[in-house]
Amino acid sequence: MSHHIIELEDLHYAYPDGNQVLQGISFRITHGEKVALVGANGAGKSTLLLQFNGCLLPASGRVRIGEMPVTKKTLTHVRRTVGLVFQDPDDQLFMPLVFDDVAFGPLNLGLSPEEVERQVMQALAAVGAVHLKDRPPYHLSGGEKRAVAIAAVLSLAPAILVMDEPTSNLDPKTRRQLIELLKTFDHTLIVASHDLDMVLDLCPRTLVLKEGRIAADGPTGAIMQNEELLASCNLEKPLRLQGCPVCHPA
Amino acid sequence: MGNIESSLLNIGYLETLSYQQTPLHRLDPRVKLLTTLIFIVAVVSFGKYEITGLVPFLIYPVVLIAVGNLPPGYLAKKILLAAPFAFFIGIFNPLLDRAVLVHLGPVGISGGWVSFASIMIRFTLTVSAAFILIAGTGLNAVCLALDKMGAPRIFVMQLLFLYRYIFVLTAEALRMVRARSLRAFDGRGLGFSSYSSLVGHLLLRTLERARRIHLAMLSRGFDGKIHLLRPLHLHGRDVVFFLGWSGLFVLLRLYNLSQWGGAWIMGLVQ
Amino acid sequence: MHMADALISPAVGGTMWAATAGLTIYSAKKLKNNLDEHIVPLMGVLGAFIFAAQMINFTIPATGSSGHLAGGMILAILLGPYAAFLVMASVLTVQALFFADGGLLALGCNIINMGGFACFIAYPLIYKNIVGERPSQGRILLGAMAAAILSLQMGAFGVVLETLFSGISELPFSTFVLLMLPIHLGIGIVEGLVTAAVVSFVWKAHPEILALAKSSASAKAHSHKPLLIGLALFAVVAGGMLSWFASTHPDGLEWSIKGVSGKEELEAPKEGVHGAMAWIQGKLAFLPDYDFKKPEEEKEGKPEEGKGEKKGESWPEVSAGKSLAGILGVVMTLLMAGAIGFGLRRYFSPSKG
Repeated sequence: MSHHIIELEDLHYAYPDGNQVLQGISFRITHGEKVALVGANGAGKSTLLLQFNGCLLPASGRVRIGEMPVTKKTLTHVRRTVGLVFQDPDDQLFMPLVFDDVAFGPLNLGLSPEEVERQVMQALAAVGAVHLKDRPPYHLSGGEKRAVAIAAVLSLAPAILVMDEPTSNLDPKTRRQLIELLKTFDHTLIVASHDLDMVLDLCPRTLVLKEGRIAADGPTGAIMQNEELLASCNLEKPLRLQGCPVCHPA
Repeated sequence: MGNIESSLLNIGYLETLSYQQTPLHRLDPRVKLLTTLIFIVAVVSFGKYEITGLVPFLIYPVVLIAVGNLPPGYLAKKILLAAPFAFFIGIFNPLLDRAVLVHLGPVGISGGWVSFASIMIRFTLTVSAAFILIAGTGLNAVCLALDKMGAPRIFVMQLLFLYRYIFVLTAEALRMVRARSLRAFDGRGLGFSSYSSLVGHLLLRTLERARRIHLAMLSRGFDGKIHLLRPLHLHGRDVVFFLGWSGLFVLLRLYNLSQWGGAWIMGLVQ
Repeated sequence: MHMADALISPAVGGTMWAATAGLTIYSAKKLKNNLDEHIVPLMGVLGAFIFAAQMINFTIPATGSSGHLAGGMILAILLGPYAAFLVMASVLTVQALFFADGGLLALGCNIINMGGFACFIAYPLIYKNIVGERPSQGRILLGAMAAAILSLQMGAFGVVLETLFSGISELPFSTFVLLMLPIHLGIGIVEGLVTAAVVSFVWKAHPEILALAKSSASAKAHSHKPLLIGLALFAVVAGGMLSWFASTHPDGLEWSIKGVSGKEELEAPKEGVHGAMAWIQGKLAFLPDYDFKKPEEEKEGKPEEGKGEKKGESWPEVSAGKSLAGILGVVMTLLMAGAIGFGLRRYFSPSKG
């Protein structure tokens, strides 16, 4: 199904202050792939994510979602197809109750109240947060907020899910629950993260971003063993792949 | 700093109270809002020397606090804390109005003291009514009521957003103030320049946050129009509540029950 | 400066509510037409910011006291008059509901006093004219100071007028004015300094911030509409109050004027603080009057001037028998209320025993 393909062609983007953040990014992601985006702080990950749903538009080059180029005119359609989950759930949960936040997207699409209700309940069920629907967002724990933020995007029924640091600030158990949850999704998944162990668990393919350019694009297993590459990009091997500190003390 | 924490606790506590499921909480918020307003107008419409006519109005807060399972001690504290402004304006009355108005046996009480007492009674009544409204309804429901009764949607959303982010921003401010106080010694470092810098940074972070929220809203299809999907239904009990209490307030306003009751007792005694 | 319900009358409260409602609807309309939808979340978080910022204090050297921000001017500078007014209204609403900072009926008064004057008079008239299209540190300081001082003075004056026309407090015009205005002059200076400091801080980091206010205000760069609206509003409200006052208290207007210029029995206040203090002292030295006839006189005749009292309000009758009945009735009511309350509590929360 072609509308699930994401294609970037020689993307360039600079901030208003002149900082050349993205310098010629090209790659192609096909339907159902789970891809990780890793790199140093400041390498351009968050900026790149914002290109996927048109929050930022490229200075040159092109972003294509399915057959549709991402331009000012196609934004509505793009945002139905690409759901973006931001890093800080507090920035995404701005309505009085959880239900309202998850209903926000469908209501903006003009769905009828019954359809909205259905989408909301489905989305909440998908993340296991149905019991939270009448709570205000500031009474939720970090993990619950995270789940609801994802539901708020799922209710739009996007084909592609883009997430910025989904496991940050989560306690180990909640983190594990989130990883297991994401494994069950059929969506095309693009995850920007520092959590390389999660990347190993979740994403068969990894894109390494360095100073605004793609430094590597390939199978996660291979990239995570490439110590030289990782070091040059301010990264290191996932903890699981490093020597056991008990058996081989440094 | 204790200021910030106690404010947060206060709002949080009031909100917790509003989640209870008592008959009061189940009433339609529009009805509660209107009844509160009628109550306040009735109380405030008395002449400035009125005391006895005001006292029967206590029945409203007394009944609703009981029905709504609200804490009277907490309300009393609130009233005391908020009293200073009314108190310090009101206390001029006894100073300026010294003509004797009423006699209790041999003791003459000046009009000023009577009107001062009236002011404090009004204060207690009106603050109680506002407390019952917010603790028995919750801000979200009050906003919904305002929206359905015709307030501009953008103002209602403003109230909701404000409330939503008060917790986030006050927590942020609290962290910054704590951090500052840990590096301030002997009263140095708490002056104007550190303050304006702190507030300036908080403002910058707020603006940044607004930008991110805006992006999040755009990402979910926001086009400027805000939708609220929460229908309100009026039930018989709502109408009864409204008509009953409003009727009572009008009655109490027109007829001084205290005088009647007292005269009746005296009649019995004689 | 938040007014309590206990000190206002329904007429004053209602009038100011009507004014507030009108301004709110007008501001909402204006925003809808020029909606840069970025302003929706911005208004919300800025309101929360003002709330949070109000709780941070700074020590004022040599006084041992502390000051904090009120925020009306900062909002107007960042958001333009219409959005800023709505934000101030929302902040004051939350304060009234959650902190009993100001009454619900008085909320209309408070919104006009602390939001209306700042956004619709001080901001367009003073700040915008001083700072104009090309802000600089110095002009920001001057503009913020002047605007903050003016808006706080107007707000304080508003409090005085509203209290006066309500007739619940005995404070005469001149005393009250002398109490409120100098204090709020000091507060205004502090507010101006804080506003200027914070605005400069933000402006240096993000100069485009100040431009947002322009885009959300009316289309014309130098529209005087907000100012005209503000002045017209002020005139209508003041005029309405004066005429209401005059009609219900035919001597009232005369009385107020006498109150400002001094009563016959006392010295007319001389210039300056000394004269005012002497005048106040004169009033306070008035001996309490044990004249039994006084209440009856009042009942028959028109209220007299001097002796600092009545303005024709209806009187509770004050015969001895009636006051006893009144007291008995009060006690009875309190007992009944207590019993009802206690009984209901046991019924509705039996676990509390």
